[in-house]
Amino acid sequence: MIAPSKPPLSPYSSKAFQEESKPHTLAVLVDNEPGVLARVVGLFSGRGYNIESLTVAEVAHNELLSRITIVTSGTLDAIEQIMHQLDRLVPVHKVTNLTLEFRGKTVARELALIKVKGRGQVRQEALQLADAFRARVVDASTESFVFELTGAASKINDFVDLMRPLGLVEVSRTGVAAITRGPNEM
Amino acid sequence: MSTAEMTGAQMIVQALKDQKVETIFGYPGGAVLPIYDALYGQNDIKHILVRHEQGAAHAAEGYARSSGKVGVLLVTSGPGATNAITGLTDALLDSIPLVCITGQVPTHLIGSDAFQECDTVGITRHCTKHNYLVRSIEDLPRILHEAFYVAQNGRPGPVVIDIPKDVQFARGDYVWPRHVEHRTYKPRLEGDAAQIERALDLMATAKRPVFYTGGGVINSGPEASKLLRELVALTGFPITSTLMGLGSYPASGANWLGMLGMHGTFEANHAMHDCDVMINIGARFDDRITGRLDAFSPGSRKIHVDIDPSSINKTVKVEVGIIGDCTHVLRAMIDQWKSRKLMADEPALKDWWKQIEIWRGRKSLHFKNSTSVIKPQHAVRRLHALTRGRDTYITTEVGQHQMWAAQHFDFDEPNHWMTSGGLGTMGYGLPAAIGVQMAHPDALVIDIAGEGSILMNMQEMSTAAQYRLPIKIFILNNEYLGMVRQWQELLHESRYSESYSHSLPDFVKLAEAYGAHGIRVSDPADLDAAIQEMIDTPNAVIVDCRIDKLENCFPMIPSGKAHNEMILADDADLELEAVIDAEGRMLV
Ligand SMILES: Cc1ncc(C[n+]2csc(CCOP(=O)(O)OP(=O)(O)O)c2C)c(N)n1
Ligand SMILES: [Mg+2]
Repeated sequence: MIAPSKPPLSPYSSKAFQEESKPHTLAVLVDNEPGVLARVVGLFSGRGYNIESLTVAEVAHNELLSRITIVTSGTLDAIEQIMHQLDRLVPVHKVTNLTLEFRGKTVARELALIKVKGRGQVRQEALQLADAFRARVVDASTESFVFELTGAASKINDFVDLMRPLGLVEVSRTGVAAITRGPNEM
Repeated sequence: MSTAEMTGAQMIVQALKDQKVETIFGYPGGAVLPIYDALYGQNDIKHILVRHEQGAAHAAEGYARSSGKVGVLLVTSGPGATNAITGLTDALLDSIPLVCITGQVPTHLIGSDAFQECDTVGITRHCTKHNYLVRSIEDLPRILHEAFYVAQNGRPGPVVIDIPKDVQFARGDYVWPRHVEHRTYKPRLEGDAAQIERALDLMATAKRPVFYTGGGVINSGPEASKLLRELVALTGFPITSTLMGLGSYPASGANWLGMLGMHGTFEANHAMHDCDVMINIGARFDDRITGRLDAFSPGSRKIHVDIDPSSINKTVKVEVGIIGDCTHVLRAMIDQWKSRKLMADEPALKDWWKQIEIWRGRKSLHFKNSTSVIKPQHAVRRLHALTRGRDTYITTEVGQHQMWAAQHFDFDEPNHWMTSGGLGTMGYGLPAAIGVQMAHPDALVIDIAGEGSILMNMQEMSTAAQYRLPIKIFILNNEYLGMVRQWQELLHESRYSESYSHSLPDFVKLAEAYGAHGIRVSDPADLDAAIQEMIDTPNAVIVDCRIDKLENCFPMIPSGKAHNEMILADDADLELEAVIDAEGRMLV
């Protein structure tokens, strides 16, 4: 038996049925050719989707393949549409929804460099917290540290929040890189 | 695979020949001079010199739509490329296969704001299916052939190849792969068998089915139209079509409900609203079709056949999505219907047809004819009647006249109707007619135009003159940007802000200025003679057909309303402004 459809999303009615919007991590394998990133980013802005995080780098030099990891939020319908639209781009090889298809079986990590300035007591405190978060000191001066921290985005958020009162100067983050657990390819 | 050493410009011409391109539309300039030099003195490819690059793009569209081949245009860098943008966008929205070759400043000057430099791949990224900037001669042959592959495979669309001048001069080895296989782009043609089976289960048990077909059937090729007719005959289901799909099922066919959507027929829209199984073949639930989405066909289970996976579930959720080419899927449907010995639910279907007859009885396309003024609907009907039996192709501009043409010119064959549907581009029809006439030199090609739209690409009359193309421009002249005026009546209390067509040229003299024949007609008694004179004139003609200035286009689904909330011509005297609510006013 085929269930009758849910009321569709409607741009033409405020009574539109609204499903909850959630973040999804998409892995996109693309030809590493000029303009490919502009195509992907342009698709998001052109169609009104938002990008929460985006990372891109070449992953197979011989085959000229790059991998783009995009964190975007939307309802399930919107995410499905985003994936189809990505797949439609000519240089895109493969689009995988790591959040949906491999629920809980993915590793997602981000790297952050965090600069903190201060002397005396606060400096000690920052160092202790960094230790607790397993952040490494990659640069130090008499009145500053640069910490390197890798982890889930939420862990980095927590650490940055803790550093704020202790003399946070600036943060540089890579955005999320994600991969599935186990022996298989995406 | 054949290899030969030549310049980039020669490769371009060679690749066009290898792709069996016979006609291209273009306009020269500094950045494409080597290509024009390579075209010089050869006879395989005919170059049509347009008068504006937008004209080249629409002409290529008309050529492509009426012939099923890829349309090709060649323009220079900078303003040449930017002038072509509207046509490229038009082709993207209506899924028309085009290859547009643009010249670019030499590689070493890119990014320096050189004379006539623009970021063509940047600008056209959003209005093409794909685009290329060719950075070296080694890439050129592959890209040329790949562009034709991408333009016509899967959901068709426009492809731009931007070629710097130094690459046109460079020498290299030309290779013709003959069989292009793209590394990543491999659209799927065959529909999933299990999904097709589910679709047929739904169809065989349907009590109130309707076929809703679109431009995808036309794009899939004439075979798809044949198969569609067979499937309709086999099932006995009623069928309606979008603006883009007209002609794939004949308007004279017994099961035809007329066009659906904003200006569709009462019976087509009501059948869509009340059906229990909707079979969408090659249409995309566009907003001109669905009206208010949350009231769109609320009780139906929907089947959607589309070659573009992103079209399925984009705006309307369907129960059965079939990704594939219409020809393949229709053939599989017919085969399965026969081999499984399926039968439509005849008693239910009989009741459904009875209901449809009641809706038909409403005669929604009816209009009050007049003996004192030419009614536009009447003019289109006479055009149809007097051209019957000829190989007639119709193009249009955009506005009321376009809708009247769609409603009252009954199309019986695919590829004979060329109109700007998705983008709604005024100025499309005249250059498109040029493209159609190039593809069908002996056919009767008529642009049903508005006096506003026709002025947008009027310069192309000069192109028609140069190549002695006997196109006919039939202007339904209401001295108004009529569709704008109609919406001002609906939404803005008839405040006709800038919608009167002031200072119109004398179209008869204008025709003569372009070496064409001009005819003016305003008395209904003279209409047939004027149309006959137009048909019988061996060269290009402009007919200035003066019509009722205030006629509006009905039936209409006002914006923000559902299919069963149409307004018809005979209840149009009611307060039109009251019909659309605040939310509807926000829409286009
Ligand atoms: C390039 C472009 N500009 C503006 C519009 C908006 N528009 C849609 S219909 C229309 C009026 C067209 O007037 P006319 O060609 O005289 O046709 P009519 O509606 O009177 O039949 C306008 C301005 C458009 N569709 N295309
Ligand atoms: Mg007009």
